[in-house]
Amino acid sequence: MTHIELRGVQKWFGSVQVIKDMNLEIAGNEFIVMLGQSGCGKTTTLRAVAGLETIDEGDILIDGKPVQHLKASDRDIAMVFQSFSLYPHMTVYENVAFPLRATGMSRADIDTSVREVARVLRITDLLDRKPSALSGGDMQRVAIGRALVRKPKAMLMDEPIGALDAKLREQMRAEIKRLHMKQGSTTIYVTHDQVEAMSLADRIVIMHEGVLQQVGTPDEVYARPQSLFVAQFVGSPVMNVSEATLKDEGGAVRVHYDPGDAGFEFPRELLGKLNGHGAGGLSLGIRPEGVLVSREPQAGYVPVEAHIIEPLGSHDIVDLKVGEGMLRARTPAGFVPRPGEVVHARIDPAQAHFFDTGSGKSLGIRL
Amino acid sequence: MATLAMTTLDPQSRAARRGWSDLTIRNAFIIPTIVFLIVFNIFPLLYSLGYSFTDFRASTNAPANFVGLANYRALLNDPFIWSNFAITAKYVIVSVTGQVVVGFGVAMLLNRTIPFKGLITTLLLLPMMLSMAVVGLFWKLLYDPSFGIINYALGLGRFEWLSDPDMALYAVAITDIWMWSPFVMLLSLAGLSAVPKHLYEAAAIDRAGTFYTFFRITLPLVAPILMIAIIFRTMEAFKTFDLAFILTSQPSAELISIRLYKMAFQEWQTGMSSALAYIMLIMVVGITNIYVKYLNKVKER
Repeated sequence: MTHIELRGVQKWFGSVQVIKDMNLEIAGNEFIVMLGQSGCGKTTTLRAVAGLETIDEGDILIDGKPVQHLKASDRDIAMVFQSFSLYPHMTVYENVAFPLRATGMSRADIDTSVREVARVLRITDLLDRKPSALSGGDMQRVAIGRALVRKPKAMLMDEPIGALDAKLREQMRAEIKRLHMKQGSTTIYVTHDQVEAMSLADRIVIMHEGVLQQVGTPDEVYARPQSLFVAQFVGSPVMNVSEATLKDEGGAVRVHYDPGDAGFEFPRELLGKLNGHGAGGLSLGIRPEGVLVSREPQAGYVPVEAHIIEPLGSHDIVDLKVGEGMLRARTPAGFVPRPGEVVHARIDPAQAHFFDTGSGKSLGIRL
Repeated sequence: MATLAMTTLDPQSRAARRGWSDLTIRNAFIIPTIVFLIVFNIFPLLYSLGYSFTDFRASTNAPANFVGLANYRALLNDPFIWSNFAITAKYVIVSVTGQVVVGFGVAMLLNRTIPFKGLITTLLLLPMMLSMAVVGLFWKLLYDPSFGIINYALGLGRFEWLSDPDMALYAVAITDIWMWSPFVMLLSLAGLSAVPKHLYEAAAIDRAGTFYTFFRITLPLVAPILMIAIIFRTMEAFKTFDLAFILTSQPSAELISIRLYKMAFQEWQTGMSSALAYIMLIMVVGITNIYVKYLNKVKER
């Protein structure tokens, strides 16, 4: 049950500021995923918590105690590195036992702990091998084992499965989740893969250019992105975002995705909720599943041409030509038979997101 | 196969117009080397092996008589030869240990970001580039009891470094350490900088202290390359001649190679000294083999 807190953390590399006024509270046993593109400062933040990187300003508190001046070895935090960082000259057993031996634990206790962790991670058969004789997945298991064995206050993971192939990644993802549910230690996990983030996290922390963008549960960041960046970073395929113009047409409002198109119908209450917001221009965001597609003309549906179809087995992603732009929709598999077909589309107002184009902030309008 | 990969001579080339073939050119490069090797290395090696079974003396016209293994038997039963070997062993241990400690220590100091690192490294390598005889001559001056700077700096008065029977061998070893520590340093530095930084980070996270990290991470990972340095230095130290010969004539510092020199070129016991040379050769090969075996074991990981 370790509580970690970052207060006003700032970090410069020379003249480049890599962490900008970071404030974050992490509750005990929470699984936090830091998500962002490479170079966004997420790994630096993690390393700062670990004690491998100094910070220029602010406090890092572990269980209420400031630790920013402590060495990594005095913070009692375990870390799993992207490159695994196994000691190449030691066997798996010695690797896992290393943190215990380093602190002078008794031989019998070490043996018990190592075998226990090996059993949990299913690496008992590999204990006598050298890391060079292991597969990527097994290496990662050993690296996790080395972190788990000493029952640390917190676990930090820096893209631990980024170097594995897709199938193994999925498998290890499930395994990390299973371990966390079983062991339940405070975990900070860094990744650039939003699927990993969504599936593992209790809360996701999204960073961009050193600035914390949004913190929230996977549902929250997916359903209520606070900014254009978060909206477009989370979710696959990417959310459709385009500048939009409004036209009041008595019974309803038409939102034009593009000056040339027919415009999508929205309820009139949108006008009231907008209330002059979006001064810097209005952007409409809609996830592919929020684009409703029909093969027959229906009231409120706009005829559009299917341009590209990506069949994904369980469903298709169809690019619809709207004016000059494209709108990606998610349809049942084989719903649109071939490119070039004219279908009818509408935007589900309940799933639409409105952003101020100038500031990139969400207007927080729900219909 | 290598012969298949060899390109044929361009028919337009000057060599081809002179009527040379690939084979001619290849032979022109290889044959002189092989002849040189045979004349100056292999022939003397075999010839001296023959001499080692005779009582031949290069200083007389008397014909060489075959004496079988008598020379080897005499040498291996000679307590003076064994005392020379003991002196040599002591010298090798002191000198190589000193070089490894000093060289590795300096390498540890240099293995970080410091200003003028390149320049400092180059300057530290200078002793290694001097000739053994030159080093011997000026260390003799440094050690001089009446005007040597070492006695002056250490305030030892008229301490006779090179004539003191207990000290002479160590004085030679100190000179050797001064000269060859940079070699160990250079190889250690290469080994140290090859240890991935993230392993140190992992060790820090695993709460390993400085000494634990050094003995469990740094040293084992540098061991293979350090081992190579030790092999080279042991072989060289075993055969040390010029440095010791110039510095001192103390019997307590008479290395086996000096004994060999005296036997061959002062006493003119050519047959006997050939046998001694062979005994030394076998010993060096034996010691090197032990190291190489260990090196391969270290490298397995």
